Amino acid sequence: MRAAALEALLAEKGLVSPEFIDSIVAAYVNDIGPMNGAKVVARAWVDREYRQRLLADGTAAIAELGFGGPEGEHMVVVENTPEVHNVVVCTLCSCYPWPVLGLPPNWYKSPPYRARMVREPRNVLAEIGLDLPESVRIQVWDSSAEIRYLVLPERPRGTDGMSQEELAALVTRDAMIGVARP
Amino acid sequence: MRGPSALPRDNGELVFAAPWEGRVLAMAIGVVQSLDLAWDEFRRRLIAEIAANSGRPYYECWLAALERLAIELGALRPEELGELSSSAGRSG
Repeated sequence: MRAAALEALLAEKGLVSPEFIDSIVAAYVNDIGPMNGAKVVARAWVDREYRQRLLADGTAAIAELGFGGPEGEHMVVVENTPEVHNVVVCTLCSCYPWPVLGLPPNWYKSPPYRARMVREPRNVLAEIGLDLPESVRIQVWDSSAEIRYLVLPERPRGTDGMSQEELAALVTRDAMIGVARP
Repeated sequence: MRGPSALPRDNGELVFAAPWEGRVLAMAIGVVQSLDLAWDEFRRRLIAEIAANSGRPYYECWLAALERLAIELGALRPEELGELSSSAGRSG
């Protein structure tokens, strides 16, 4: 098939070795995932100063925890509050912060999600299972090459006694895109 | 939500639908590194491929964008890719 033929051609030209490809695939499948982003969120929940740094300069605060690299630059973190719910979409293609969220889920890349989330976010969120009260304003952020957004969800009630590790386990990828709440 | 416009509801962590998709992603990262390019060089071609054919599966757009990048920057010659393109029935 075409991908395999291109891979052979690139290897022959010395541009990309099959070993390099194996290592990248293994990293994305096994190591890089939404857990990095969950650690960022949990830290922000327990550390007021970190939270301020995160909201002021997302890329730098995320790099403090050792996460960054391709597609991890230009991060802007948007904070959910009782009045405002943030949700992220990329209408152009699928700009998405890999280093903190892993690879985008398939639905994120689908044309219906990309088109409808901008036009009718309340309906789309309800269909996905997130019914927000009318009093909550929904803010849709369109990711691009210039800016990649990450949603900082509200810390759930009843989690006062939890450790940072336990909190991180509550944070799902969908919550950091803004299509769910932890 | 049902019907043709339904959002895929697979919230699992399976990131690639087939192995070749992951390899195309890795090839793109590798070519960008080998040629010492900014990632944006790839991304803008990906955006163009998706815009040109919104129904095409996502990683096929990656493959097309990568081929385009390799040709436009002189890393591969069009005739080297010619066979691949025609065998996939692609007109572009």
